[in-house]
Amino acid sequence: MLHIRNLHASVDGAEILKGIDLHVKKGEVHSIMGPNGSGKSTLAQVLAGRETYDVTEGSVTFDGKDLLEMSPDERAREGLFMAFQYPVEIPGVSTNYFLRAALNSLRKHRNEEELDAVDFLQIVKDRASIVDIDARLLNRSVNEGFSGGEKKRHEIFQMAVLEPRLAILDETDSGLDIDALRIVADGVNKLRTPDRAMIVITHYQRLLNYIVPDHVHVLLDGRIVKSGGKELALDLEEHGYALFEKGSTGARLVTS
Amino acid sequence: MTQAVEHQGIESYISRFEEIERRSATGPGAWLLPIRKAAMARFCDRGFPTTKQEEWRFTNVAPIARAEFAIAPRGNAGVSPADLSPFLFGPRGGHRIVFVNGHFDPALSMLDALPRGVSLVNLGKALADETPPLQAHLTRHADYRSEAFPDLNTALMSDGAFLHVAKGAVIETPIQLVFVSAALEKSLVTHPRVLIVAEDSSQVTIVESYVGRSREPYFTNAVTELVAGENAVIDHYKVGRESDGSFHVGLTHIHQHANSNVSSFAVTMGGGLTRNDITTVLDGEGCNCALNGFYMSGSGQHVDNHLIVDHAKPHCDSREFFKGVLDGRGRGVFSGKIIVREGAQKTDAKQSNMSLLLSEDAQVDSKPQLEIFADDVKCTHGVTVGQVSDDAVFYLRSRGLDEKSARGLLVYGFAHESIACIRPDPLRKQLTELLFERLPHGRLFKEAG
Repeated sequence: MLHIRNLHASVDGAEILKGIDLHVKKGEVHSIMGPNGSGKSTLAQVLAGRETYDVTEGSVTFDGKDLLEMSPDERAREGLFMAFQYPVEIPGVSTNYFLRAALNSLRKHRNEEELDAVDFLQIVKDRASIVDIDARLLNRSVNEGFSGGEKKRHEIFQMAVLEPRLAILDETDSGLDIDALRIVADGVNKLRTPDRAMIVITHYQRLLNYIVPDHVHVLLDGRIVKSGGKELALDLEEHGYALFEKGSTGARLVTS
Repeated sequence: MTQAVEHQGIESYISRFEEIERRSATGPGAWLLPIRKAAMARFCDRGFPTTKQEEWRFTNVAPIARAEFAIAPRGNAGVSPADLSPFLFGPRGGHRIVFVNGHFDPALSMLDALPRGVSLVNLGKALADETPPLQAHLTRHADYRSEAFPDLNTALMSDGAFLHVAKGAVIETPIQLVFVSAALEKSLVTHPRVLIVAEDSSQVTIVESYVGRSREPYFTNAVTELVAGENAVIDHYKVGRESDGSFHVGLTHIHQHANSNVSSFAVTMGGGLTRNDITTVLDGEGCNCALNGFYMSGSGQHVDNHLIVDHAKPHCDSREFFKGVLDGRGRGVFSGKIIVREGAQKTDAKQSNMSLLLSEDAQVDSKPQLEIFADDVKCTHGVTVGQVSDDAVFYLRSRGLDEKSARGLLVYGFAHESIACIRPDPLRKQLTELLFERLPHGRLFKEAG
């Protein structure tokens, strides 16, 4: 489904991704772990099409199409979704309207009929239970005045409504207490299907107690230094990233 | 007054004043004449303000001073009820008093079956009848600051509205004051005057609209005095929908007694040059005041909102929240002064001015000023000027909205956040409709509310 080959990306001339290779098949859940500044969020943003990053080398294909050629909205319409680490507040625009406009732009692209307010409400009711979101929240302006936990739940709720084929969760667990984390993880698990792939980016192993990945990758200094199964996350929990830092960039560490 | 002729463009105002002076030397309204004279003398002394004066630094009224404006003849200039209906609301257009080119128009007004406790008459009649509360209030508040334009209005006013709400009366339906400019051939000037007196513990909503149906440039020089009695609750809306190329200079002066709660909302969607002065004196403990506003300014438009909140007594709260959307070569000015007098402890004053610039050539000047003479107060102000945020555009695009829709929706949201504060449903809907018409790609978001 997704093939990332030798991806290099930089911001303001500073290289952050230094050759990423990652292959995701449909139905798989991949977890990308790494310390702050390793390039996790950059990878998510580059995949979603953020224009502040320059892709300097490499390729990304999504179902055989060149993802990097597409605008952010084209990527969304092709079935890619990113849950933001920091969801943006949009005063004056109701969440309901925003989501319906988003869903209709996707449906239009798939040559499906656009939904009116009544049909849309039905979908909202149906999906709100997945992340236990308060329907009243949807009458408020997008993310405005939402608590940290509400914002993250709202991201997963959007995913439930938009039904992407590939979802990238960018540190959706950061800052959540254990109850909120369970709700979010539970929602994500309900949205796991044989056709939907997910890339779960996280700083903490804790999330992976709830969302069990098929593959775990360790990202350090813009490169994937280790890939493995879910047990890799437990190794990380025990030994920290230092283990991999030595393994991957030992020569540099020795001289420093 | 011959010494004054050195000021540009005031001759026609002087001769107009002399006419009024002759007419009202005797009979009803004679008590007003000394006040008019003093105001005219001050105006002649100073002439029109120039950009050398701090309060007019960003707004050049030389085009007003230069132009020749005539007083309109009586008559309704062909304005029909159908012409007015887009600006009215409520059953049969609602309770209203209508003026065309400064003259009271009984046929377009609806003054029968006013709610109990409401008295609404034209000022000309109130002056002739010597209605008691009139003399106690008219001109007693608005010459605060003695600015040139209010002085000119005081000297030359001939008609306007007098609204009185009795003690304890709670008025559910909004009262509309409508001033239509419908110049036929000449450029006209009007000096509409409004006096609103809401007695103790009364409650009322007032919508004061300035509507242009004129191709000729005209000049509206309006003054509204609003007196809120103890514990009174007043929602006041000033809706500026003047014609392109027109001049509107207006003062809304609010005088609040203890525990009164006044909200004012000034929306400007039209006109050439608009200057709204909104001043409030919190002259009793426990007052609340909210001064809100929204405007759009495009090429050929200049919108200046000038606010003064005067905390004269302790334990009062004030909130100011003004927003503007500027496009083309539009200009915007915001000046917000908060004065906290000595002894006005526990004052809580907040001010926010946000401007969204949609083009390179649009310009906005924003000037907050705090003058604080008490030591136990909370005063904050915030100014933002910018374009739609790239983060927000990306967020919307990442959900599938194309760039045009994403940007349009963000502008709509910015404006709508302000318009959403308007409480009377029909007025809010009317103005939301206007947003759809005026904003780039606004039609895309008709259902966004």
